[in-house]
Amino acid sequence: MTVEDGGRATGDDQRAMGRPDPARRPGTPGRGSSSARDLERYAGLFASRTRVMTSSAMRDLMAITERPDVISLAGGLPDTATFPAETLAAVMARVAVDSSARALQYGPTEGMLQTRETIAQVMAGSGASVDPGDVLVTAGGQQVIDLVCKTLIDPGDVIVAEGPTYPGAVPTFCAYQADVVQIAMDEDGMRIDELEAVLDELEQGGRRPKFIYTVPTFQNPAGVTLSLARRRRLVEVAQQREILVLEDDPYGALRYEGDALPTLYELDGGQFVAYAGTFSKILSPGIRLGWAVAPRPVLEKLNLGAQGATLCPSPFTQLFVSAYFATGHWDGYMDELRDLYRSRRDAMLDALSAHLPPEATWTRPQGGLFIWATLPDYLDTTDLLALALSRNVAFVPGRAAFLDGRGASSLRLNFSGSGEDDIREGVRRIGEIVREQIELYGALTGHPPCAPPASGAPPQPDPELADVLTLPRRREPGRERDAR
Amino acid sequence: MTTALRVAVLQGGRSLERQVSLVSGARVEDALGRLGHEPTGIDIGHDLVPRLRELNPDVVFVALHGRDGEDGAIQELLEVLGLRYTGSRPAGCARSWDKVLAKELLREADVPTPDALVFSETAVKELGAADALGAVEERLGFPVVVKPACQGSALGIRFAACGAEVPGALIAAFSYSEKVLVERYVHGRELAVSVLGDEALPIVEAVPHEDDFYDFEARYTIGRASFHCPAEIDAGVAAATQDLALRSARALGLEGFARVDLLLDRQSGELQVLEANAIPGLTETSLLPLAADAAGLGFDAFVARAVELALAR
Repeated sequence: MTVEDGGRATGDDQRAMGRPDPARRPGTPGRGSSSARDLERYAGLFASRTRVMTSSAMRDLMAITERPDVISLAGGLPDTATFPAETLAAVMARVAVDSSARALQYGPTEGMLQTRETIAQVMAGSGASVDPGDVLVTAGGQQVIDLVCKTLIDPGDVIVAEGPTYPGAVPTFCAYQADVVQIAMDEDGMRIDELEAVLDELEQGGRRPKFIYTVPTFQNPAGVTLSLARRRRLVEVAQQREILVLEDDPYGALRYEGDALPTLYELDGGQFVAYAGTFSKILSPGIRLGWAVAPRPVLEKLNLGAQGATLCPSPFTQLFVSAYFATGHWDGYMDELRDLYRSRRDAMLDALSAHLPPEATWTRPQGGLFIWATLPDYLDTTDLLALALSRNVAFVPGRAAFLDGRGASSLRLNFSGSGEDDIREGVRRIGEIVREQIELYGALTGHPPCAPPASGAPPQPDPELADVLTLPRRREPGRERDAR
Repeated sequence: MTTALRVAVLQGGRSLERQVSLVSGARVEDALGRLGHEPTGIDIGHDLVPRLRELNPDVVFVALHGRDGEDGAIQELLEVLGLRYTGSRPAGCARSWDKVLAKELLREADVPTPDALVFSETAVKELGAADALGAVEERLGFPVVVKPACQGSALGIRFAACGAEVPGALIAAFSYSEKVLVERYVHGRELAVSVLGDEALPIVEAVPHEDDFYDFEARYTIGRASFHCPAEIDAGVAAATQDLALRSARALGLEGFARVDLLLDRQSGELQVLEANAIPGLTETSLLPLAADAAGLGFDAFVARAVELALAR
């Protein structure tokens, strides 16, 4: 027999083809027998696009983070324990009393009017004026990414994204067989000069990206924010070249310092920018509610796509959201969340300064959930993850945020999902292994590690080195149009 | 099937191969259920001993991969508890888990295995082993394969095409193991022989796709490599391969079931044993089940036989 397709084999590495059903506890009765022969048979049924939908060694390693003794700085979870259970109970009771039958019924594909009004209010809070009629309610922000791809992408079409990009968008882009081109970033977000150079180059090759995917505010995974000047320039570029921008904005409301910046959607006035929002980080990911705001023709196609995918977003959780916002508690809850995450961010930044060696650099986010750290280029963070897991701490290796193999010496750290003590201890352990590996490399090559900083103040990242996100580039673009 | 046995199926744990082990364990449980036994899956952790005492199993099926499962630690504990279990005893596990030790034992048994040099973290840090890196070129030539001495998966294995690539490859491998093997590269066909009791099952050949040649993970990923079973090789060579695998398993003291990985040198036609796995993967796409299918045995009969061998000793 020859097995060509269908999943993962286990040779020397004994890696799993599929993940075990999480609902199935060890010891419970299982399914029928399946074998490589069966897999081969199913493989003939799979669409060609599933060829790129494979699991990875990195994902398999992450299985260990489900164990309670592991401090996971790998997730992207908000801390839902902060939401008062009494409030949940009271709001749900109100939904039951006022709208039981509606909550249990199908709803409109575009979402219930009152929920869309709530979304318009939320967006008004960040400065963007939106007509509730232009809002499509979705199953989380993730569905917006999927719907936009479904609507715009034929196999081989180009999507331009940041490098690094949101790791959760990678499987979506792959599933639609997009050709993703990633643009380097620095502390001011995506390099618009490089973007323009790439667009020029694509145009010379007769190609035009279908859309530019960006998380401009507190980017996942980099933690950086697109500057106002670059926002303006990006919107100009989109308008001049008539390219759609998908602005993914899950974290905009989670600002811990500095002044809010206008969204791309607001700057553009809804011509070439589609906006993806979500309640996941500002209320609950469990309610699975996000939304899209887009130019009408695009919105209509997204709506058709959503009909085929989910028929309608959950009326149950939509009514919960509307009823909750009607209580007026949301603003106060957001203040609490911001205070909590600000402290956790500060704890992580302090811990990084205290424990990471001078060779390492990291971003200093003004909001959001993530910090992106970069180590010397001879360290591979996927290998480092294995070592970290042996010390019961986890992070996301940087490769997860690239489709082209870059990011090998970077890592993403989350500060919203762990308490301050765990953050400090987790970063201490990571610092320890990084120092050990640097020392080992020094011993192997005769290059001693950087001299430790003078005692006293903890080492601060050198501002000159803060340009950590300018990663090796594919090409040398002209820089005359840098929007900085 | 005679009487229903209470079988504890050990899986998961803290190993880097936890995920694979959970899949292997689930499949073994399913097979045991179909065979009329009473399997209980246990994700191993701090409560392992009380759970085993409470269950008082007739036999323990060890479906763990990687550290704790394959290094002999669990088997030692099962010996202490006086429980019968599948697969190899502690010494057999320890000897195959440590690739450096395994290489020595294979050499002593006149089993051909590629030349290698060993670097330990201590030697690098404390004893100036870096000054001896030049020996890699003199003794082995390039390219070399750099691999952690103790790691069950392809993780951390790298090619180094020249001296400049050695330190980076060593650093990667040291992430998994304090000892690292730098092995002469053999350009060969990749063969795996699964051993069940005293028998060698049909040979599996892994053929990596060309563009993934330098990616060790890809070599064992269906879709990025092809697997042929039985391998399309000359009958005489196949018999010699199986014989060598059985000799290797004996030299290392492996029992019950195991898998031996070999290379068939494309130039010289010689066989070289790379390593042996005390508890190879048992997932839908693992090589041992593939071989069991090709032998006409099937997975359930393999599991039945593994249990029978455990009870017979």
